[in-house]
Amino acid sequence: MVPLGVGDLAVMRPDELSGLLAAIQGRGYTLLGPTVRDAAIVYGEIAGADDLPIGWTDEQSPGSYRLTKRSVGTFFGYAVGPHSWKATFHRPELTLWQAERQENGGFTIHEPVPQTARVALIGVRACELAAIRIQDRVLLEGPFADPHYAARRRDVFVVAVNCTEPGATCFCASLGTGPSVGSGFDLALTEVVTDTEHFFVAEIGSSQGAEVLGEWPVDRASRSQIAEATARTQAAADRMGRSVDARDVKEVLARNLENPRWQETADRCLGCTNCTQVCPTCFCTAVHDLTDLSGRTATRVRQWDSCFTRSFSYVHGGSVRRSGMSRYRQWLTHKLSYWADEFGSLGCVGCGRCITWCPKGIDLTEEIAAIRALDQR
Amino acid sequence: MAATAPRLAVWKFASCDGCQLSLLDLEDDLLAVAGAVEIASFPEASRAVGPGPYDVSLVEGSITTPHDAERIQDIRRNSRILVAIGSCATAGGIQALRNFHAVKDFVSLVYAHPTYIDTLATSTPISEHVKVDHELHGCPINKRQLLELLNATLNGRKPVISPHPVCTECKRKGIVCVMVAQDLVCMGPVTHAGCGALCPRYQRGCFGCYGPSDAPNTAAFASSLDFHGLPPEASVRLFRSFAAGAPEFRDQSLAIEESAKRSTSSKAGH
Ligand code: SF4
Ligand code: SF4
Ligand code: SF4
Repeated sequence: MVPLGVGDLAVMRPDELSGLLAAIQGRGYTLLGPTVRDAAIVYGEIAGADDLPIGWTDEQSPGSYRLTKRSVGTFFGYAVGPHSWKATFHRPELTLWQAERQENGGFTIHEPVPQTARVALIGVRACELAAIRIQDRVLLEGPFADPHYAARRRDVFVVAVNCTEPGATCFCASLGTGPSVGSGFDLALTEVVTDTEHFFVAEIGSSQGAEVLGEWPVDRASRSQIAEATARTQAAADRMGRSVDARDVKEVLARNLENPRWQETADRCLGCTNCTQVCPTCFCTAVHDLTDLSGRTATRVRQWDSCFTRSFSYVHGGSVRRSGMSRYRQWLTHKLSYWADEFGSLGCVGCGRCITWCPKGIDLTEEIAAIRALDQR
Repeated sequence: MAATAPRLAVWKFASCDGCQLSLLDLEDDLLAVAGAVEIASFPEASRAVGPGPYDVSLVEGSITTPHDAERIQDIRRNSRILVAIGSCATAGGIQALRNFHAVKDFVSLVYAHPTYIDTLATSTPISEHVKVDHELHGCPINKRQLLELLNATLNGRKPVISPHPVCTECKRKGIVCVMVAQDLVCMGPVTHAGCGALCPRYQRGCFGCYGPSDAPNTAAFASSLDFHGLPPEASVRLFRSFAAGAPEFRDQSLAIEESAKRSTSSKAGH
């Protein structure tokens, strides 16, 4: 049999998934993947396929997430949850450097060596690959690359999954970021469950992916198996709960900075920061300087921050964005308008997290529609 | 201890001593603190009270008696830096529930000889009486924050104490939101961070013991409670616990009562 190569499609039975994950682990990768914890499907370290949310799904709506059992034992039958891969690469908390006072009055600086994490991400969705590409653009490809992010991104194995069960808050199809993955993976799986069969179609995205899959005899996917898989991702695109008209959203928001809708939404918005923190592309941080009690050592730490706090826009004399209105407007116009001027794409991939995980259920697709309705052209 | 070590004093007003105990709770770091300062007064550890002036005074408790209202003036005069610690000292504590009622009614119910009781009509935070340099929130305060505050004060820098909502701590720790995933009532979105999201970490809603975060939208939060079917009395109780006297929480609890009254009277009118 001709060995499988990049672009080829193989077929796998569910019981082969354990072997696949073990083969990846065998190459020294720590497996990170979806798993059930605290009433949700979160990302964490997994030992193997048994730790995946087998037979679980989620029901999502603005401000609400419910973990529920399905009648079939699917491995990937749910949408994205509260976590994103952002936390893996762009750490929520990080020590940047330490300074130590010397006897002679000077000081020395110690910088921690950026840590490479040899991780395999299991079950990465199309919107998440798009989000990682956006963060790469921001944190790696600008004039000042973040060495910590760079180190953590360096050695990553990606097992992507094509979505067949979109969440009710998803809208990747309208932004062209999903539900099927295009590139940026080593392997991409589509899970197919019919009345009589349960199998995965595995697309090979890299030579490393081919090697892993080549560790045991797998068959090429048949034409009908491929058709079954494609039909399911296509159906997911058609069933997506929400949409944003991406063609002119940038211009619409840019010309509506005084739209009355901003204030109405700010009256509802808690300013709790949840939307920005669950968003897989939001990257903002604050730095703090700490000392030890003796004052001999100073430590600079970095933490995720959010444009929903007043301190975020603090400059000499006070905060620039004093009102909740200006802070909500900052978030939405950055994500779906002027991000494009800075980084060449929108800052939103349509994952729906900010809709589901907003305690008030504020829905940016609805906000954009409301602003359009009152368009101040 | 250096001869010029800054002198630290701890003072107690109407409170339970839990915040002072956080100082003893510093365990390993306590030795470092004890090495860096001279502890001039600390009733929880020793009865001896050294004379002022003090470089740093940590004040626990709220002002509830005329005598205490005078005592805090004295302490302020004798302290270079005064820090209010805990919900009692920063918001009046749970005892600020009296602010919503006539205290003399309680006194006659509770005490055999009410005439012996000399108490004020309200329980108020230290900042209503004297200038406060820093506030540490929480019931009780978090020992890491206490250490950071002492540390910053001794090193002449601004303490790194974020006034952001508790949600920021949930998200940095990867805690799944209990409000969205389990429909629990959680005060996190309007509550000052600092506890490390202790309650959500154990699958409980935050009950707001740190008091209001910076610029909280309490009205929007209250309307969510209403939306989730919480009766007004229950919403009022949420805002009226350990930080009942904090202005943002106090005003919101009064507003909920007011609107509940209006809707009952309009119903009665039909
Ligand atoms: S803005 Fe919302 S929908 Fe868009 S990527 Fe961020 S969390 Fe997802
Ligand atoms: S999650 Fe919702 S309520 Fe919280 S800051 Fe974002 S839009 Fe506002
Ligand atoms: S659990 Fe509470 S504090 Fe945590 S994110 Fe949810 S609402 Fe905020």
